[in-house]
Amino acid sequence: MTLTATPHTTPAPKQVTMSGAINRALRDAMTLDDDVVVFGEDVGTLGGVFRVTNGIARDFGEDRCFDTPLAEAGIVGFAVGMAMAGFRPVIEMQFDAFAYPAFEQIASHVAKMRNRTAGRIHLPIVIRVPFAGGIGGVEHHCDSSEAYYAHTPGLKVVTPATVQDAYTLLREAINDPDPVIFMEPKRLYWSKGSIESVTAATTFNSFGRAAVRREGTDVTLVAYGPSVEVAMQAASAAADSGWSVEVVDLRTIVPFDDETVVASVRRTGRCVVVQEAQGFAGVGAEIAARVQERAFHSLQAPVLRVAGLDIPYPPPRLEHIHLPGVERVLDTIARLQWDDDVDTRFLPGDSLAGGT
Amino acid sequence: MTTDMSTPPAQSVPTDQPFARGLMPAPIPVQFLDELGHRVQVFTGDYPEPSREQLVAAYQAMVVGRRFDVQATALARQGRLAVYPSSRGQEACQVGSMLALSEGDWAFPTYRDSMALVTRGLDPVEVLTLLRGCAHCGYDPRATRTGPQCTPLATQLAHAAGLAYGEQRKGRSTVAMALIGDGATSEGDFHEALNFAAVFKAPVVFLVQNNKYAISVPLSKQTAAPSLGYKGIGYGIASEQVDGNDAMAVLAVLNKAVAHARCGQGPVLVEAHTYRLDAHTNADDATRYRDSHEVDDWLRRDPISRLEAWLRHEGLADDAFVASVAQEAESFAAGVRERMSIDPVVDPMSLFDNVFATPTSQLLEQRAMVQAELEAEAEVAGQ
Repeated sequence: MTLTATPHTTPAPKQVTMSGAINRALRDAMTLDDDVVVFGEDVGTLGGVFRVTNGIARDFGEDRCFDTPLAEAGIVGFAVGMAMAGFRPVIEMQFDAFAYPAFEQIASHVAKMRNRTAGRIHLPIVIRVPFAGGIGGVEHHCDSSEAYYAHTPGLKVVTPATVQDAYTLLREAINDPDPVIFMEPKRLYWSKGSIESVTAATTFNSFGRAAVRREGTDVTLVAYGPSVEVAMQAASAAADSGWSVEVVDLRTIVPFDDETVVASVRRTGRCVVVQEAQGFAGVGAEIAARVQERAFHSLQAPVLRVAGLDIPYPPPRLEHIHLPGVERVLDTIARLQWDDDVDTRFLPGDSLAGGT
Repeated sequence: MTTDMSTPPAQSVPTDQPFARGLMPAPIPVQFLDELGHRVQVFTGDYPEPSREQLVAAYQAMVVGRRFDVQATALARQGRLAVYPSSRGQEACQVGSMLALSEGDWAFPTYRDSMALVTRGLDPVEVLTLLRGCAHCGYDPRATRTGPQCTPLATQLAHAAGLAYGEQRKGRSTVAMALIGDGATSEGDFHEALNFAAVFKAPVVFLVQNNKYAISVPLSKQTAAPSLGYKGIGYGIASEQVDGNDAMAVLAVLNKAVAHARCGQGPVLVEAHTYRLDAHTNADDATRYRDSHEVDDWLRRDPISRLEAWLRHEGLADDAFVASVAQEAESFAAGVRERMSIDPVVDPMSLFDNVFATPTSQLLEQRAMVQAELEAEAEVAGQ
């Protein structure tokens, strides 16, 4: 392919990576509001281990973007105090599993402060968490920790799947009056897309609104964050087998968009939830329960889940077995009782044999 | 003499002098009054004597505070409170920590600091709302500049550091006074908060009320440090230890600590040696882990009688004044008793308020369910 200069057409919007889009969102929010401050481990001079905050300390000054001591509970607790003083802290937990020391601050204070104080103190804090795997990271660097946060009332839990959403959802998170856990799929940091950035003060309206990424009529795949890409690839592959697959990207786990998910399943009659996190007691289980509660009579088959294995996150050379891939999604779609075939995997051994 | 309960303006202390020993606390606790209320000078060199006005106010507040505390314990026994953690015996710390603050300053208390909050001027019934079981925090933290009473130990210290730093960034001269007990110094958050406060030079005063027990565990099982005050040194924080049952010493040290923080010299850690005379709460049995002779020893170091003796010696108090303060305390307790005897009204629908600024669709569904349940119950009750 040859690129030819075409001076009379508008140049295509510049392609940016997801980490670049997050950087842009931080800059635009900081430009619009002096109270937005960014801090955490290595986010200053270095620009973060994933370079998400690249150049922000240089361009906005160290008062606005600064390194802190290496102590996650301290970072979150400090953000609580700064929010009480009128700031809007956007803080980084360097990796998913390194946020665990901060869990008490998050669960007992960040999530509850509005409730504990009868609405007199609210905490507009964004906690950015690079999360999930697929990047060859060694242990403690690849956890899918979204269920811990989603299970904690008072937290909004957001995870973008596209470059544009990374920008838009983060801007909305920073505007939000309540705390937001902003979970960035690490393996999408280098994915590219064009973004429409908004430099004026704007009300964004994406929270609680799932996006239908691909329309289909036979089955709904519900996914979020890093799994959306897998679901999209599976949908393309499934089309070759004659299945028309719809893909719903939640965008925000909390607030959860029952309406879009249920409407899709009512149309298709079948549903598979795809998540990278270990499956047991996870977000996918919640989605499956909600779908069957609300769309039982539209379902042609049980709601199935494709999830990570219920194991501690594996070493890099084995993570491909753990991570739900296209094949596992297609196999699961195939089990959706297309010809009224009973899924015999869960039946007790003798019950179909006629018994006594 | 007066029984006016209004708090005198916080005392101004010369701020250009750092602490005499740098980061090091005094080798033994700073003391101004001995156990009989005689004026002594034990490492008092750094600290101007508090004003007489402040000391009279401290006496009044300690008498009222103790009476409030005893009343609250009684309310817990009567079932009017779910539980009450007493601070009887810690009056000098409870009162001194609040009188050292100016109106615009913030306090970050624990569940054991109800007396301090009453001293700060908060409505006692609002203070007791948490322990009454009606709501998690009965007062307006923003209006009163007082964080909600904190139960997860030491976690509020990082909030104090962040708030103090944030206030400084906003150009306000706020100081944050963060209260904890000896047990909480073992928590990781204590150390992280001290480190953050020091690195960001946040104007915070950390007051450790070392009352010798964390529920049942004595200080000897909590730490091998010679003084909890020493824990500040490693973080680069000016530190001190003080006789926590000597109101004059507590005020002198905290006046200086607040001034030090306010003028941009960074945080201060103060260990106050005091004693929890009552059990952990009314639900605890202290006889299982400590000897009554130990309690008797501490009763002899009573902070109120020490200051009263000195005030009498200086002609700042006489029988009539002491009686009038006691009367003030009785009236205060009677008011609390009367207001707490009314069964509180709680609104079930308020459960759904303030989870988020705007409730999620799931919360609205659950709200409608509870509403319907309550209406059905009311209908049955009405038949």
